[in-house]
Amino acid sequence: MAIGGFLFSLLVSTSTLAEPPSTAQQPLLMQLTEVKLSKALPVLQQLETSTGADMMVLFKTMLAGKLYYVKEDRSLIVVSKEAGETRYSDLFSAEPRHDLSKKQVKKIKVNNKLRGYLRESIARMQLHHTDPEVRVEAVRSLFSDLDKPTIELIRTARLDEQSRSVQAVMDVALALYRVKHAEDATERLEGVNALQGSLEPEVRNQLTLLVANDPARSVRKAAQKGLDKIAQQAEMYGFINQLFFGLSLGSVLLLAAIGLAITFGVMGVINMAHGEMIMLGAYTTYVVQLLLPEMIEYSLWISVPLAFLVSGLAGVLLERLVIRHLHGRPLETLLATFGISLILQQLVRTVFSPLNRQVATPEWMSGSIEINPLLSLTLNRLYIIAFALLVFMLLLLVLKKTSLGLNVRAVSQNRNMAKAMGIRTDRVDAMTFGLGSGIAGIAGVALSQLTNVGPNLGQAYIIDSFMVVVFGGVGNLWGTLVAAFTLGIANKFLEPVTGAVLASILVLVFIILFIQKRPKGLFPQKGRAAE
Amino acid sequence: MKIKHLVTGIALSMGATVFSVSAIAADTIKVGVLHSLSGTMAISETTLKDTVLMMVEEQNKKGGLLGKKLEAVVVDPASNWPLFAEKGRELLTQEKVDVIFGSWTSVSRKSVLPVLEELNGLMFYPVQYEGEESSKNVFYTGAAPNQQAIPAVNYLKDDLGVERWVLAGTDYVYPRTTNKILEAYLKANGVAEEDIMINYTPFGHSDWQSIVSDIKKFGSEGKKTAVVSTINGDANIPFYKELGNQGISAEDIPVVAFSVGEEELSGLDTKPLVGHLAAWNYFQSVESDANTDFIAKWKAFTGNPKRVTNDPMEATYIGFKMWTQAVEKAGTTDVDSVEQAMIGQETENLTGGMAYMNKNHHLSKPVLIGEIQEDGQFEVVWETEGLVAGDAWSDFLPGSKDLMADWTAPISCGNYNVVTKTCSGQTY
Repeated sequence: MAIGGFLFSLLVSTSTLAEPPSTAQQPLLMQLTEVKLSKALPVLQQLETSTGADMMVLFKTMLAGKLYYVKEDRSLIVVSKEAGETRYSDLFSAEPRHDLSKKQVKKIKVNNKLRGYLRESIARMQLHHTDPEVRVEAVRSLFSDLDKPTIELIRTARLDEQSRSVQAVMDVALALYRVKHAEDATERLEGVNALQGSLEPEVRNQLTLLVANDPARSVRKAAQKGLDKIAQQAEMYGFINQLFFGLSLGSVLLLAAIGLAITFGVMGVINMAHGEMIMLGAYTTYVVQLLLPEMIEYSLWISVPLAFLVSGLAGVLLERLVIRHLHGRPLETLLATFGISLILQQLVRTVFSPLNRQVATPEWMSGSIEINPLLSLTLNRLYIIAFALLVFMLLLLVLKKTSLGLNVRAVSQNRNMAKAMGIRTDRVDAMTFGLGSGIAGIAGVALSQLTNVGPNLGQAYIIDSFMVVVFGGVGNLWGTLVAAFTLGIANKFLEPVTGAVLASILVLVFIILFIQKRPKGLFPQKGRAAE
Repeated sequence: MKIKHLVTGIALSMGATVFSVSAIAADTIKVGVLHSLSGTMAISETTLKDTVLMMVEEQNKKGGLLGKKLEAVVVDPASNWPLFAEKGRELLTQEKVDVIFGSWTSVSRKSVLPVLEELNGLMFYPVQYEGEESSKNVFYTGAAPNQQAIPAVNYLKDDLGVERWVLAGTDYVYPRTTNKILEAYLKANGVAEEDIMINYTPFGHSDWQSIVSDIKKFGSEGKKTAVVSTINGDANIPFYKELGNQGISAEDIPVVAFSVGEEELSGLDTKPLVGHLAAWNYFQSVESDANTDFIAKWKAFTGNPKRVTNDPMEATYIGFKMWTQAVEKAGTTDVDSVEQAMIGQETENLTGGMAYMNKNHHLSKPVLIGEIQEDGQFEVVWETEGLVAGDAWSDFLPGSKDLMADWTAPISCGNYNVVTKTCSGQTY
């Protein structure tokens, strides 16, 4: 109580500009620079409850791994890197220290145990933060460690809490504590009733414990009721989650396959170098980030058109130099493009090294949206689903509404007739191939956010791409869309049951059987064009 | 007449060739390097090839060995497992090398083993592996499971209070055996069946959504959970990324990995990995004179100030040093003499202290656990008190509990059964 009371008073003194540490804190801070990692926790605990300067800034800097000390006088400083430049500043006064260099300072080490403590401690201090969302998060991160002083803090904070959402989580915290520690069965029952409707994992764990151990039957019954409700909800959200995973995998398959749906599907060229076109797109993203290091946030938007151009150009060259001469000889085309795929891989190995390259994820694509404790959707996947659909729509528009699209369709349906109509089939072939390859390049930009950018990137997707196009029906873009999402969802629903290895095997077996039954895929082309 | 001339000519030239070969052989000691320089494993193995070349160069600067120069013979098995056997044979029969440094994956080692035993070659294998093997012709300078996996689990259990375990691995022999050992070890330590989750994924797996969400669910049931990862190479980055995106931090569910080192992290976006753990016998960040020296030499040799060092490099370093010491002790490069001279050799670890070669052809080394830092380096958070002796046959598997390896007389056996007192005499 004393601790809680004190902390409370510490927290309300909203000192933004940190004051210098008090005489009681000085020796502790000194200790922090000397103590072994395993003995640092008690020092931090004493610091949290000490009087004097606000320790928030210390804890936050330490959590971020930016806390250093000057070897000479053991004073604490913050070392941060901004745009490649290292900056030193005093911890408490925030004044820059230009006199320091890398050799004069030493890092104060942090490990997971300390990080856990720091996070909790910061949460305790943040119960009165001005932003209600921060307060909600603060309370939630305290759920796992509700001891008496923490509960007292929350109880006092609850008294003048205005925000509904913060009140709700605080009530859950108080109820959690009550069901755990109250002697009186009715009080525990009240607690259990207050917990109804909350989906927090801690609530579920507590209820499970009560069902198993509580001496009072009424409490056990109420807890069971709560658990049943949670289980029901969990099942529903679990289903939604899996559906989302499936859609996300489907969107990746769609992106990888859609370029192939044009080159293989529409033109009938078996292009084994398709995967390498994806790889080129991914490397374009890498080069863009390398050349514009301060524009990581926009790098993807810059990369999309560039990757389209790079891969598209590579595609046109490939068509002009190789595939054109092998027209109508699928086996030779297959071998030639396979050779080219190996050449491209080795080229990338020589130019960029065989190691995987780093492609940074922009801030706006990291993290997830938490809809409730049981369901959160990761942002990068959400963006990629949207992006895949956008690319699909654009491609459809190009094929349906532009003169290039008209030509492409004409040539693919009847080459000789199209020629007779005055269409330059040669040019159309090159453009089509460039379009398909360019789209593969765009897919590479998206995939660079999900997987490793390395020489083998393309190989990982070439089989999947062919699988999707063949399953969907050659020459049908909608078929590709349906096939990609079907396979993605099927894979993700199988995975929890069978494991990842068996799931992909089962999907392949399914496709083999399906092709036996319907060799032309889900949506076969009809009419004379199909002959 | 003509024919006679021809015959003498051939005989003469043959004599000359034989002579020239023996002249070269007398001048140099040949060191074979059997690491993939192309294909998927090139990423990791080229580094080790360079390490051996650096060590050879250094030894030659010191005047070579037994008064002769060392000569490195590099071949490329191209990440193709059967090719390891072929190239190994080439090294031993055509190049007549005195020692081989090579292999990374267990399957490549298993592929070259029969050739080594048939031709009585000598190989140093520098990578952490699943154990359950001890050949007369191989010295294992990487970690056995009890030098990496078991100390890591002990650290999680005792220091972090972990009670629930996810054993996640790529689907091949090393993770499967390691996880079998770990599962047996955990159960022997009173961990219940339902507190262990085992998961395998294919090579290069990149879609981790459902698995990470399962881990999250598994870890939210009230007990402290950790992931023990034997996930291989490429698949790691998407895995850690997904953990970060689903909001799982290293404090909630720490991941301890056995295949993630400095080399794998170099030049990668390490943000999602910070705070996660790795267990090795060596970290570049360990401060010691030997290590500082080694890193400086490595950077100078490769001409790249950003090149990092890693655990298999240290294992190569220790293996090479011990081999030179053993050759000096034996006074010859003859395989049988060197093999006996190797046992009991001591050399300095780069992290301080001495490494010791045991009778079972495995090393005694310290075990370190490090947390990944933002710069791709590791901060050591825990280390074993003393050295840990590599155990060829795990004590936690029913099949290998009673087995031990001892290559000194009178046992001289790689799989001696201490109960029946027999040597199975198994070769590979």
